[in-house]
Amino acid sequence: MSRFAIPLGMFVVLIGFLAVGLAHDPREVPSPLINKPAPVFQLAQLHEPTKTFSAQEMRGKVWLLNVWASWCVSCREEHPVLIELARSGALPVYGLNYKDQREDALAWLNEFGNPYVLSSRDTDGRVGIDYGVYGVPETYLIDREGIIRFKQIGPVTPDVLRNTILPLSKELSK
Amino acid sequence: MKRVAVSSLLLCSLFFSVVAQQARPVADDPELEKRVLNLSKELRCLVCQNETLADSRADLAVDLRNEVREQMKAGKSDKEIIAFLTARYGDFVLYRPPVRPTTYLLWFGPFALLVAGLAVLYRYVKTRRTLISEQPLSPDERRRAEEILKVEPEKETA
Repeated sequence: MSRFAIPLGMFVVLIGFLAVGLAHDPREVPSPLINKPAPVFQLAQLHEPTKTFSAQEMRGKVWLLNVWASWCVSCREEHPVLIELARSGALPVYGLNYKDQREDALAWLNEFGNPYVLSSRDTDGRVGIDYGVYGVPETYLIDREGIIRFKQIGPVTPDVLRNTILPLSKELSK
Repeated sequence: MKRVAVSSLLLCSLFFSVVAQQARPVADDPELEKRVLNLSKELRCLVCQNETLADSRADLAVDLRNEVREQMKAGKSDKEIIAFLTARYGDFVLYRPPVRPTTYLLWFGPFALLVAGLAVLYRYVKTRRTLISEQPLSPDERRRAEEILKVEPEKETA
């Protein structure tokens, strides 16, 4: 019996490693920006190009920064979730319109609805680089002191919103 | 026929204009371009993760190469640029992960496995050897073995 115990044990360990590897999403790279100050930026607003928006204006508030683009397919998937969140008023959502054309972005919001308090335009992707954006959509939960507390890579799902973002934002708002 | 000629000419001109656009930055400063290329080979493209920043044609890779180029123009060292990128994208952006406690398993794991394997092999061989040496042939067995060995070739020739 012990003849088989060792190979069997090794097999089980191997299966364990493979199972963990399969469940692990290689696209999700842990961000070094978690618990670090959100990079400072000042960009023109999408709807009112003469006005600017700066991340520093949001000091004292817990807010969500959502990186989106009209050319981004997964953004359509998460859009209803953001609309729902905006409707509930639980957390203000600000958009960072990433490497997009102004007309396309406006048309996109007209078609699908606008969940954002406002969107600012990162036309050349520079602010995106500062935030370590590599796959739109990405979403950052930023606290009152301007510290990034959570980052969602890929679409915000109802599950992530309910189980992670909302409880965390409630805690940060205390 | 004329239409085909015109459209193929258009296609060619389109192709050449694309080539010309891609080639332009290289002509600017070959020395700088070489530095950009060398550093990009050490960096991972986060969109297509098996490619270096130098090989990738993803939009983000182009942006990041431009960022690297501009920082080099501004006089930053390779080390400073790598620090800039790892602060934003993490160690994952490096093709050669740094040696630190979280990567010890990655760097030394294979050698630990090798040493463990050698130890197991050593023990196995040692126990086998003691098993064999514990049972020497008795004189009687030796005679029989010799007889068998002598008989074998005769059998074969027969």
